[in-house]
Amino acid sequence: MNPTDLANQASATANRALELAAQARLLAEQHVAPVAAAAEPFLLLLTIFLLACFVGYYVVWNVTPALHSPLMGVTNAISSVIVVGAILAAGLGESTAAQVFGFIAVTLASVNIFGGFLVSRRMLSMFKKKGS
Amino acid sequence: MGQTFSTLAYLVASVLFIMALRGLSHPETSRQGNIFGMVGMGIAVVATLLKPGMGAGGIALVIAGIAVGGTIGAVVANRIQMTSLPQLVAAFHSLVGLAAVFVAAAAFYAPESFGIGHAGDIHGSSLVEMSLGLAIGAITFSGSVIAFAKLDGRMSGAPILFKGQHWLNLALGILMLVLVIAFVSSGSPLLFWLIAILAFALGFLLIIPIGGADMPVVVSMLNSYSGWAAAGIGFTIGNLLLIVTGALVGASGAILSYIMCKGMNRSIVNVLLGGFGTTGGGEAGPGAGGGDRAPVKAGSPEDAAYIMKNAQKIIVVPGYGMAVAQAQQVLREMGELLKKEGVEVTYAIHPVAGRMPGHMNVLLAEANVPYDDVKELEEINPEFAEADVAFVIGANDVTNPAAKTDKSSAIYGMPILDVERAKTVFFIKRGMASGYAGVDNELFFRPNTMMLFGDAKKVTQEIVQALQR
Repeated sequence: MNPTDLANQASATANRALELAAQARLLAEQHVAPVAAAAEPFLLLLTIFLLACFVGYYVVWNVTPALHSPLMGVTNAISSVIVVGAILAAGLGESTAAQVFGFIAVTLASVNIFGGFLVSRRMLSMFKKKGS
Repeated sequence: MGQTFSTLAYLVASVLFIMALRGLSHPETSRQGNIFGMVGMGIAVVATLLKPGMGAGGIALVIAGIAVGGTIGAVVANRIQMTSLPQLVAAFHSLVGLAAVFVAAAAFYAPESFGIGHAGDIHGSSLVEMSLGLAIGAITFSGSVIAFAKLDGRMSGAPILFKGQHWLNLALGILMLVLVIAFVSSGSPLLFWLIAILAFALGFLLIIPIGGADMPVVVSMLNSYSGWAAAGIGFTIGNLLLIVTGALVGASGAILSYIMCKGMNRSIVNVLLGGFGTTGGGEAGPGAGGGDRAPVKAGSPEDAAYIMKNAQKIIVVPGYGMAVAQAQQVLREMGELLKKEGVEVTYAIHPVAGRMPGHMNVLLAEANVPYDDVKELEEINPEFAEADVAFVIGANDVTNPAAKTDKSSAIYGMPILDVERAKTVFFIKRGMASGYAGVDNELFFRPNTMMLFGDAKKVTQEIVQALQR
């Protein structure tokens, strides 16, 4: 094998290695990176979710038992914050189906929001100190 | 307005929601808390409407939905009778569940709106979260519909049991898991709706075996589910406000379920498996005491009025029977007349009195009983020993000493109000029937117990008349 052939072969191998590296990088970018990128926001959401569970736990244990019914009214109203998702669906109007579903969900959640807060207000107005 | 603005607004709304729950730690701060909640919701809705890409037509549609739904909600909230509160709350839970189903569907058909991919090519992780939100929402919906029907008397409160029920539920649960896996890998619309239908069926099947007396637990549990459904949707569309609020509500409902279960000394599993209270005793006539026991002592309202007038300390124990008879107003009148005579009158509330947590407190507050006079079980129990009279109206199982002594009793281990320690115990009852648990109450046969047979409202009215004389 003469030196020229050897040099050619070496350069061909080097080129091939570069090509492979480029391919590997492409593959990594296509598959590995999105997974990592998708996992991180999910972990962030999960962290917030778990911390909120703890906040809820401690706050709710402090609720006086006499007000457990209004508590249900208020939690019922605030769980209807799902209306945010419904507004996005109805308002952005990416598809007719989504817009119809969004509209129905906005209406249902609004019944709850108004109903929940107002019935709680009615209940809580009964828990006033007499003579005040 | 940009993403940062809406994220900040959602953060403010989350904090306001936490403060709304915090306010409920005392009646005096509770009204302010409720206002915090309303403001938080307002901020969330407005911030969402201001997001980029909102068309005028879309905004009009949203406002129309809010106007229609809001009017219905406001009218219902102002008209509902406080005795019907549990069924109202159950109905509201069903709406949250159904709204979650529709938002999941909207996210499935327009994933671009939520930045989770494109129609037919939604991110796998979003599909997992979507199926969770969808399934929990659908179970909350159909379960709450059954709870509503049972509480509203549109359906018998008796548990519906059939052979192989639990195996059927288990099989459906496994089928659900299979469907979710298939849905996540294929993203097929058919599977989406199959999951919805199966979850509706599961919610229905899970609640029908649970008896009427266990409804406080069911209502609390569905409260919790509605929160988890909101959180599931929050994960799907990557919205922090939904996740935080869902977690708060989910935790709240879980705590209430726990308190209710503890109040009955039953595990949540035991409640969910259902069938409790099937052996409910038949309605026996007054005086039809059990076999060889001492005969019960029946008294007249005049006797009761005389004894109470001369008492120092009276503890009133109201139960759901009081609410059914609508006796709370006249009961408060009786309490006021006795107070004028210099008698100390307090009210003792068992955790599971009524049909939802705190129901009895609301009914007494509505009748203008000062909330400082209303005590919880742990607080009042030591005071029965000093009381001259325990006035039990429409309650039974929660006073039964068998819960402390009789290991074979269905209610063994349940915390009870120690009415037997009072010098005299009055029971206002229609007849000798046992309570929901189907257990005889030995207190009826004790020498210091006096039964006042009749309708709770009528008997109390007669006592009031006797006191006024």
